[in-house]
Order: sequence, then C-alpha cells, then structure tokens
Amino acid sequence: MSTTSNEAYEPYYVPEQSKLPIFASIGIFLTVYGMGNILIDMSAGEDHSLGIWILMTGGLVLGFTLFTWFSTVIKENHAKMYSAQMNRSFVWGMSWFILSEVFFFAAFFGALFYVRMFSIDWIAGEGGRGPSDMLWPGFEAAWPLLNTPDMERFPGAHTSMGWFGLPLVNTILLVASSFTVNIAHHGIKEGNRQKLVLWLAITVALGIAFLICQVLEYQHAYDELGLTLNAGIYGTTFYMLTGFHGAHVTLGTFMLAVMLGRAIKGHFRDDDCFGFEAAAWYWHFVDVVWIGLFVFVYILGS
Amino acid sequence: MSAVIEEHHHDDHHHGPAKGIMRWVFTTNHKDIGTLYLWFSFAMFLLGGSFALVIRAELFQPGLQIVEPEFFNQMTTMHGLIMVFGAVMPAFVGLANWLVPMMIGAPDMALPRMNNYSFWILPFAFTMLASTLLMEGGGPNFGWTFYAPLSTEQGPPSTTFFIFAVHLMGISSIMGSINVIVTILNLRAPGLTLMQMPLFVWTWLITAFLLIAVMPVLAGVVTMMLMDIHFGTAFFNAGGGGDPVLFQHVFWFFGHPEVYIMILPAFGVVSAIIPTFARKRLFGYASMVYATSSIAFLSFIVWAHHMFTVGMPLAGELYFMYATMLIAIPTGVKVFNWVATMWQGAMTFETPMLFAIAFVILFTIGGLSGLMLAIGPADFQYHDTYFVVAHFHYVLVPGSVFSIMAAVYYWLPKWTGNMYDEALGKLHFWLSFVGINVLFFPQHFVGLAGMPRRVPDYNLQFADYNMVSSVGAFLFGFSQLLFLFIVIKCVRGGVKATDQVWEGAHGLEWTIPSPAPYHTFTTPPDLKDISEAHG
Amino acid sequence: MDKAKRCKWLIALSLLMSSSLAFADWSALNMRQGVTEISQEVYGLHMIMFWVCVVIGVLVFGTMIISMLMHRKSLGVKPATFHDNTTIEIAWTIVPIIILVVLAIPATTTLTKMYDTGDTEMDIEVRGLQWKWQYTYLNDDPSKEISFISSMITPQEEIYNRAPKRENYLLDVDNELVIPIDTRIRFLITSGDVIHSWWVPDFALKKDAIPGFIHELWTIVDTPGTYRGKCTELCGPYHGFMPVVVRAVEKDEYAAWLLEQQAEAEKVFEIVGKQWSEEELMVEGEEVYLRACASCHQVNGRGLPPAFPSLVGQGLAVGPIEDHIDIVLNGKPGSAMQSFSKQLNAAEIAAVITYERKSWGNQAESVQPKEIFEMLEAQ
Ligand code: HEA
Ligand code: HEA
Ligand code: HEC
Ligand code: CUA
Ligand SMILES: [Cu+2]
Repeated sequence: MSTTSNEAYEPYYVPEQSKLPIFASIGIFLTVYGMGNILIDMSAGEDHSLGIWILMTGGLVLGFTLFTWFSTVIKENHAKMYSAQMNRSFVWGMSWFILSEVFFFAAFFGALFYVRMFSIDWIAGEGGRGPSDMLWPGFEAAWPLLNTPDMERFPGAHTSMGWFGLPLVNTILLVASSFTVNIAHHGIKEGNRQKLVLWLAITVALGIAFLICQVLEYQHAYDELGLTLNAGIYGTTFYMLTGFHGAHVTLGTFMLAVMLGRAIKGHFRDDDCFGFEAAAWYWHFVDVVWIGLFVFVYILGS
Repeated sequence: MSAVIEEHHHDDHHHGPAKGIMRWVFTTNHKDIGTLYLWFSFAMFLLGGSFALVIRAELFQPGLQIVEPEFFNQMTTMHGLIMVFGAVMPAFVGLANWLVPMMIGAPDMALPRMNNYSFWILPFAFTMLASTLLMEGGGPNFGWTFYAPLSTEQGPPSTTFFIFAVHLMGISSIMGSINVIVTILNLRAPGLTLMQMPLFVWTWLITAFLLIAVMPVLAGVVTMMLMDIHFGTAFFNAGGGGDPVLFQHVFWFFGHPEVYIMILPAFGVVSAIIPTFARKRLFGYASMVYATSSIAFLSFIVWAHHMFTVGMPLAGELYFMYATMLIAIPTGVKVFNWVATMWQGAMTFETPMLFAIAFVILFTIGGLSGLMLAIGPADFQYHDTYFVVAHFHYVLVPGSVFSIMAAVYYWLPKWTGNMYDEALGKLHFWLSFVGINVLFFPQHFVGLAGMPRRVPDYNLQFADYNMVSSVGAFLFGFSQLLFLFIVIKCVRGGVKATDQVWEGAHGLEWTIPSPAPYHTFTTPPDLKDISEAHG
Repeated sequence: MDKAKRCKWLIALSLLMSSSLAFADWSALNMRQGVTEISQEVYGLHMIMFWVCVVIGVLVFGTMIISMLMHRKSLGVKPATFHDNTTIEIAWTIVPIIILVVLAIPATTTLTKMYDTGDTEMDIEVRGLQWKWQYTYLNDDPSKEISFISSMITPQEEIYNRAPKRENYLLDVDNELVIPIDTRIRFLITSGDVIHSWWVPDFALKKDAIPGFIHELWTIVDTPGTYRGKCTELCGPYHGFMPVVVRAVEKDEYAAWLLEQQAEAEKVFEIVGKQWSEEELMVEGEEVYLRACASCHQVNGRGLPPAFPSLVGQGLAVGPIEDHIDIVLNGKPGSAMQSFSKQLNAAEIAAVITYERKSWGNQAESVQPKEIFEMLEAQ
C-alpha cells in the first residue's frame, strides 16, 4: 500500500498467544497474598503463618515465569524477529517505567519535605496551623527529630546518622559504579568484550559492596544509635527512603549481574544491546536517587 | 461469559484467534484484550452498583433497617473503590485497547504480552479486594479515601489485603499506560503526525501520562500505611512527629489527577461522537488538544481543594482555591467547542449521540457544582455533605459512565459487525437519563440542607429527598440490565453493519471492514482519509 | 419521530421538576443563612456562585437546545463547514477568566476574615472522641476549667424503628455546648482518636479535628437559640451518630450556667470521697456503661469481635483488676479503646468497672471511687 511518508515501513512483530502473562499474574497474586497473610499473622502475634508457603510458591512461579519471559524475548531478538521499531518500543517502555519509579520516590521525598518544613513546626505550635503545642508540652521542633512528642510510643533515637563514614563511602561506591557501567557500555560499542565483562563485573561488585555497607550501617543505627523504624518520624523517613533505595539497588545489581552473565555468554552487539542499556539506565536512576538521599537525608538531616 | 458469546466471530480471518476459553487467557490481541477489559469492567459496574443499591436501600428511610452501620461503611468504601478502579478505569483501558491501534493504523499494541499481563492481574486483584468482605472483621470500612488514622489504627485486619490489592491495580495501570503511550508514540502509521490523531488518542496519551505519574504515588501512600500498621513507623501519627494530614496530601496528589484520568478519555469519546452525528468537523481541534494538556497540568497543582477544612494555613487555602478555579477555563473551552460543533450541523440523534449530548449537559452541571466547591469559604459548608456526593456523581456517572456507554453504542457495530437495536438503545438512554437525574439531583438539596456523607442514617428533614433518590437509584440500576441485554443481543446477531457504519463517521477505524478483522493494519494504511480523522 | 422525542423530553423534564418541586419548602433545600456575620457572607457567596452557574448553564444549554431543534438533519439542513474561529475562541477563554477573578475577590475577603483568630474573649477546646464531643472551657486557672462530654441521646429504639422518631432525631445530646451571644469565642479543635470534623452550619464553622494537632475557629453569635450540626468526617461505624448541639444564650444566662457547672464540679468531689455500696455502684455503673461504653462493647457486653472485644467471661473484665482499671483510665493506644480518665469522674469510673465485673455472669471484685481518685491524683 502507498504511504504518504518516506519513512520506510518495517513489519512489527506481534506475538501469537502466550502462556507467560497468566502465570506471571498468578505468581504475583500468590506473592502478595502470601505477604498479606504473613503480615496479618505477625501483627496478630502468631508465630507461624501459612503465608510463608504461599509467598514462596508465588515467588517461585513469578520468578520462573519472568525468567522464561525474558529468555523468550532474548531468543526472539536473536532470531531477528524484532525490527528497529520494536526496539524503540522497548526503549520508550523502559523510560516511562523509570519515570513511574521517579514518582514513587517523589512520594517519599515529598513526605520528608512536608514533615521537615511543616508538620513538626506545626506540632510545636508554629506556622499558622493553630496552637498544637498545647497538646505536647515541652516539645521542640528540630531536625533530626530525636525527641518525639510521644516518647513512650515512639522512643526517638539517641543520635542521628551522620553523613561522614559509611554513607560517604556508599556515595563514592555508587557514583563510581555509574562510571564503571558507562565504561562497560563503551566496551560494547567498541566491540571490546573483555572491557565489557571486566567493567560490568566491577560494577556488580560495587553494587554488592554498597549493599553490604548498607547492612552494616543499619546494624550500627539499630544497635548503637537507637535509630529504629519505631523511633518516630526521623527513623521512619530514614528507613523508608534508604530502604526503598536499597531495594532498588538490589534489583539493579541483580539486573546487572544477569547482564554480566549474558555478556560472558556472548550476547550484545554495538547495535543491539538494549537489555544492557535498560539495566544501565536503571542503575543511573538508582544512583541519582542516592545523590538525593545523600543530600536530603544525610547531609541536611544530621 | 464472553468466550461463549464472542466465539463465532472473527475466526474466519487469517491468523484467526484460537478456540475456547484459553483464547482469552493467553491472548495477545488488542481486540481480545479490549473485550476482556470491557466485560470485566461491566461486571465490576454491576458489583459496585449493587453495593450502591445496598446504600440506597438503607437510606430509603431514616432509621436503620437493612444493614448495620459497620457494614454500611464497608459498602460505601467498596462501592467507591470498585466503581473507580474496577468499573471506570478498566472500561477506558478497554476502549483504548480496541480503538487506539485502529485509530492510528497500528498492527496491535506495542507490547502485546505485557498487555495481557496488565489485564489478568485485575481479576486477581479484585477477587482479593472483594473477598475481604467475607473475612473476619469485614472489608475496608474507611471510605475510598482511606484516611489515616482510621485506616491505619482502626482498620480491620483485611486492610493489608486491601493495600496489596491497590498495589496490584497500580502495577496493572502502570503497565497498561506504558503500553498506550508507547503505542501512540511509536506505532502510528507512517505519516500520521501527532496533530492529526483523533482526539480520543490524544486524550488517552495524556491520561496515560497522568497514570504513570500518579499511580506510583498511590502505591507510595498505601505503602506508608502498611508500614504504619505493621512496622510501627510514624508517617501519620503526630506522637512520632508525623501528621495524619500528610496522608491526605499524598493521597490527593494521586486522587485529584485520578478524577481527570476518569474524565479525559470521556472527553475524547465525546469529541469523536458529536462531529459524526452533527456531520460537521470538530470545532477547534487544536484548542481541544491544548485544553486537555492544560487540564492535565493543572490537575497536579490543585489537590488540596479536597482538604479545605483540614486546617491548612491561609496562604495554602487561597492558593488551592485560585488554582482550582482555573480548571474551569480549559474545561469551558472544551464544552464551548462541543456546542460550536453542534451549531449549524445536520444532527441526527442515534443512541450514541443521545448519550454524548446528555454527557455535555450533565457533566457541565457537575462541573459547575465543582466550581462552587472550589470556593474555599463556601466549601466549609459543602464539604463532606451530599452536595459533594451530587457533584462527583454528576461528573462520574452521566460523565464518565455515559461516555463509556456512548462509546460502546458507537463502536459496537464495528466490533461485532452487527447493528444494535436502536429502539432498545433509545429506551435504555431515556431510562438512564431520567433515572440518573432523579437519583442525583435531589442530593444537591439534602447536601445543602446539611446531610453529611457516609452516614447510614439521617434526621427526618432529609427523608423525602432520600426516598426520591433511592427510587432513582433502582430505576437507573435496573436499566443497566437492559444495556447488558442490548449488548448481548448485538453480539449474537442483527442487521449487518457497513464499514463506515455512521454516515458522518471519519477516521481509520471506519475504513476497515465490520466486524474489524482479528488483525488490522499488519501493513500500514492509506492515509488519504486521515485529514478527516480528527474532525 | 420528532414529536415522540419532544414528548419524551417533556416527560423527562416534568419528572425532574416534580422530583424537585414536590416538596417545595425552599428554605429546607438551600444552604442555611445562619446567625453570624460570616455565615451570612458565606451564604452570599454561595448564592452568587449559584446564579453565575445558572446563567452559564442557561446560555450553554440554551444554545445546545436551539441547535438541537434547528440544526437537525430531518429539517433538511446542510451542515456548515467552519471548524475554527480564533476570535471567538479567545473570547470564550477571556470571559471566564474575568468571571473567575470577580468571584475570587469576595471569596478571598471572607476567607481572610475567617482565618483571623485574634482578640478572642474566651477559648473552648473541642475534642472529638469516638463518638462524642468533649468540651473544655479553658481557663488560666485549671481548677476553674469546666469539661464535659456531649453524646447523642437518641435511643436505640428509635434508630431501629421500634419507637416513633422524635423531632430532633439523631440531633439530641445530653450536654449541649453553652455559649454566650455577642462574644468573640475561639474554638480549639482537636481529637483524641481518629479524624472527626466539627460542623455547625448556622455558624458556617467546619474544621477537622486531627489527633495531635489543634486548629482554631472563631465566631460571634448574634441570636440566642439552639444550633445543631454533625460530625462530618468518617470516624468509624457510629460516625452518623455524633451530633453537635450548641446553645447560644444571653450573657447573664451564660454566667449563671457557668456558676452552676462549677458548683456541680464541687459536688462530685464529695461524692467521690464517700464509701459506696455495691448496689449504688451497680446502678450508677449501668447508667455510665450504657452512656459511654455500650456503643462499642454493646449492651450485652459481648462487643463486636474482632473490632470490639467481648467483656463477658473472658479477658480483663474478669482478670486482674489493676489491668482493668489501667485500660479504662489510659485506653489502649492504636485502638478505639480510649482513655476515660478525663471523660468520666472517679465515681463513674469505679462504678462502670464494678458494673462490668459483676454483670452478664461475670463475678469479680469491685472497686471504690476513692481508690480510683487516688490513682488519678498520682498520674
Ligand atoms: C470525573 C471526575 C471529576 C471531575 C471532572 C471533577 C471536576 C471538578 N471538581 Fe470534583 N470531585 C470528584 C470528581 C471530579 N471532579 C470526586 C470523585 C470528588 C470527591 C472525592 C471524595 O471526597 O470522595 C470531587 C470533589 C471535589 C472537591 C472537594 C469537595 C469537598 O470534598 O469539599 C472540589 C473542590 O474544589 C472539586 C472541584 C472540582 C472542579 C473545580 C472541577 C472542574 O474540573 C470542573 C470544570 C468544569 C466546569 C466549570 C463546567 C464547564 C465550564 C464552562 C461551561 C465554562 C464557563 C464556566 C465558568 C467560567 C464558571 N471536586
Ligand atoms: C465512577 C464511579 C461511581 C459510579 C458509577 C457510582 C454510581 C452510583 N453511586 Fe456512587 N460513589 C462513588 C463513585 C461512583 N458511584 C464514589 C467514589 C463514592 C464515595 C465513596 C466514599 O464515600 O468513600 C460514592 C458514594 C456514593 C454514595 C454516598 C455513600 C455515602 O456517603 O455513604 C451514594 C449514595 O447514594 C452512591 C450512590 C450511587 C448510585 C446509586 C450509583 C448508581 O449509578 C449505580 C447504578 C447501579 C447499578 C449499575 C446496579 C446494577 C445492578 C443490578 C441491577 C443488580 C444486578 C446484579 C448482578 C447481576 C450481580 N455513591
Ligand atoms: C470507641 C469504642 C470503645 C468505647 C466507647 C469503649 N471501648 Fe473498651 N475497648 C474498645 C476496643 C477497640 C478494645 C480492644 C483494645 C485492644 O485490646 O486492642 C477495648 C477493650 C476494653 C477492655 C479490655 C478487654 C479485654 O479483655 O482485652 C475493657 C475492660 C474495656 N474496653 C472497657 C471499657 C469501658 C469500661 C468503657 C466505657 C467507659 C469502654 N471500654 C468504652 C473500644 C471501646
Ligand atoms: Cu466523628 Cu464522624
Ligand atoms: Cu479534585
């Protein structure tokens, strides 16, 4: 058929039926259903929960399905079933996904700003929302908030988490890893597989190192600083922000590790390395979030 | 149900669908998935509607007669949640699935397997959500807005399942919107520019963006709840330095754009139908696009108009009042454009057109009452009364829901190859139109006179209007069974539809046969008709 | 076909009209004008908005209806071909902007006034509790503070349709909030559990009661009278049964009322000091239980598990008495069980605890008001 445009037409691959999504749906459903059961039983004070088994089943189904799913996509790609247009779909898809992640973090950063700039002042009776300090005699607004209004229920932390030390080390690790993953990317572009594998491996190692440091940091916070999830809003925002970030680092590291495996197997060419790039973008995103955390949670928060 | 009904269509085309129920489970075809979404949404509409009927039955008279207050609250909550997340949103995603690829000449959605995944998560999520009603302690009972600390400190144990159900819906919506955006940006037929796309595609492009931006925020806020409930964090507890109002800010940052998510595609539908039956191009296509974008932008910066009474400082109050009022301007542009499209047209009034015209009138009524709500000091009197309930049902039911019905009547011949029964369609319209007004108009009055929302019982002065309203509810509710009947009848057979179906219809979807072949535009279409597509 | 359609329009319209006009008492259909300067202003704003909307509606719908009547294919018209007109599009963007600016001005003035809470002559703390209001007349000298609970007294029989409903069905409380007229009063709104919202339509006052925060409102009431409102924020199952009743009285009447309240507070002091017999405790206890506890734990003591535990033959009500006293005095944070130490006096607390321990087949020891009083003092 004629077209009014000079863009060349490429056939778009539309897969036939697929069993993958339904299994992924079942998997994700069992996963959250199991988690729900565990949490409810936990809060009801029960020692054992059937939820663990449901969660494990769900996790396995989901994990196995996703593995098959991604393998299928890779196979289809290697079978040259995808056009450049198809690749653009993946690129767009990943970019919009990352945008949605940005908004997820925005909600938690927003909560942090709101608390710091408004609500603790309001509790202390300042700033135009009424004399709430009448309810909390002696409460003083400060950040980090070590003395909570209700110390019995939220027993504050003794000390805040400084930015020097582990957090700084972690910043260096993550920033460095953004560079190393970039070098690995150059490796692909130059067709230098050795460079790719080496620098990607270093990146993964940096990611793991970051996670280890974070575990150490959490231990330190719990054992020595009294900084816990239950320590009031400072502990709350601290753990929720760094915790979700940590979860994303874990996922990112896992993705990069998979890419490392694929790189060793000989995947990726200079014009065909979307899987790698997606993982790398994700990694950069995680890195940027950390910079935000480092500034707002650590430096300005201690 | 849909498997049985749909089976004898479509199959005689190349790459025809597989047979049996597994066709629907494994499908990657945008039309199949669109059908699934639409049927699912209708089922949820009936479920959420039956909850509404429980509410209206209890409110038929003062006093408690049918349900206990505790259960009443569960009904209100589940009604709101199921209608919003189960009925309206999936219906629009279903329409997007069916129409976007056909309107832009794409072979399918950009990521077909993920498309199937987006759908199939939903039945699980809603089964989990609905089943909370049967659990010990009952289902969510804190309103669809689930304000903390009622939800975090006093919610039933099943709140945790509610939270995870919301997570699942969020995942589904985000994947669905990514698919829509990527399809529109990447799969347009060669030569089809953005400013040539039909408005339905435009509105969905913007809606999908809104979804990607705010569904994660919803996920964030339920996650904060989850932490407060199970892990002792203090987001929403002043004792730990948090603030219950923080919940409302985060929720409404999602919640306000959410209401536009439920109306923008409706604008798109109406912008397709009115020109067809007025036999005249859409007036002001470009300004429609800009207006839609402005509404989307404004929707991010007005959220706290739901919170005028929470005790924000004066500056905040004023800012949110002004910003909210601004939304009337682009919305007005849209309304005026539709009116101008009708002006000096050559109109006929088939069922889709009737629904579309009712949409314009009744949505405007709802929008104008919205504007009254936007006036901060006046909202102190309106807030959390039935006046608000009347406002949002006017924009949601004769707004979003009517537009969905208009869309179904309008495109049904294209989907099934058969004309629906016009006489029955008109009957359905008139029953709905009368029912909806009898149902919701009196709620303005009881609201102004002081009846709070979310109450199972009320004082005697409101008795008359509540009775009228309940009668309207049952009239409107049962009329929808007629809709079901009409759709099933049309799917099973009827007068064969032509390709163009409607005399004044323009656009790519009307160039292909009716019913639309299982696969369309495996090669790009001829665009000579496209200049007509947007008007 | 045309005629039939016009006919349907008529039917639809008349149905609509009849639904709204059948009960044509307009004052009951509109916002209340109220009895304060602010409430009148708000009513004015509401009416301006209303008429602006009506005019816009008439214009827009009128145009549509003309169009629907005249520009129909059945009349043989040919559709016009215009689809753009920059002038008119600019016009219908600008005109609404002007309308909105004009509307925003009085709204801003009124809102600013509402937020000006300075120069008040007396302060009343309003505390929302599930499902009642606690009013405290603040005083620099705490011993002169008066505090009482105001809960709905509409009996269950009326709610469950076993008795005819009285005039102020759902709007009657045991203790009304009494305020003097012509006095600038500041209300400090807060909550002891979940969010409530304190609303008196006749004063155009509505503010959410947020646990842990205090919000301010102010009013000057011109006319004496009894003004009724409701809690307007969903606060649990009995949210619909949480009326607000304010009685505005002349200043001297208020002063007399105040003295009476203070005298009553003295009396309580004596009552607490004396030794109570078991019957006395049980009689008083039942009264308190029905008033303060039965909405959750139910008249038969069996509660509504799991939300509200049963007190019959299990748990604290038959366990160690210290724990029982503790939960009633201090509540259980994070649950609906609230602290009653400020809502009930020592005699009432002792009575209700005794009542719970000796009713529905429970057989446990009783407690004397004096003991509770000492515990309260020690806190
Ligand atoms: C589809 C959904 C939808 C839509 C489109 C809207 C549209 C609008 N809404 Fe509504 N709203 C809801 C759904 C929606 N709303 C819901 C669900 C709630 C309650 C949530 C809950 O609490 O449970 C709510 C609540 C709500 C409130 C909070 C009330 C309260 O709780 O106290 C407010 C306050 O400002 C508001 C305002 C508006 C405004 C200004 C618009 C505007 O967009 C309307 C614009 C349209 C017009 C104005 C009409 C057409 C314009 C013209 C003809 C031009 C000329 C007009 C002028 C110049 C005046 N809405
Ligand atoms: C798009 C959203 C949407 C839609 C379509 C509706 C539709 C309806 N809604 Fe509403 N509603 C909300 C969104 C919606 N609603 C929201 C968000 C709230 C706020 C919740 C909250 O406060 O938290 C609300 C609250 C709400 C209230 C206030 C409750 C309260 O404050 O306590 C009422 C009361 O009248 C009501 C009534 C109705 C009615 C009668 C309909 C009718 O249109 C329904 C029509 C009925 C049917 C479609 C039933 C058809 C079914 C049958 C005939 C039976 C057959 C059954 C089977 C086959 C299973 N709704
Ligand atoms: C607003 C609802 C509500 C009201 C009113 C209420 N309670 Fe409770 N009560 C509860 C809830 C909820 C619990 C469960 C607390 C928990 O353990 O989580 C409870 C627990 C108790 C218990 C402990 C039960 C057990 O065995 O664990 C006692 C005793 C009790 N209440 C006494 C009273 C008395 C006396 C009053 C009135 C003066 C009263 N309650 C009023 C909600 C209420
Ligand atoms: Cu208290 Cu509603
Ligand atoms: Cu809004």
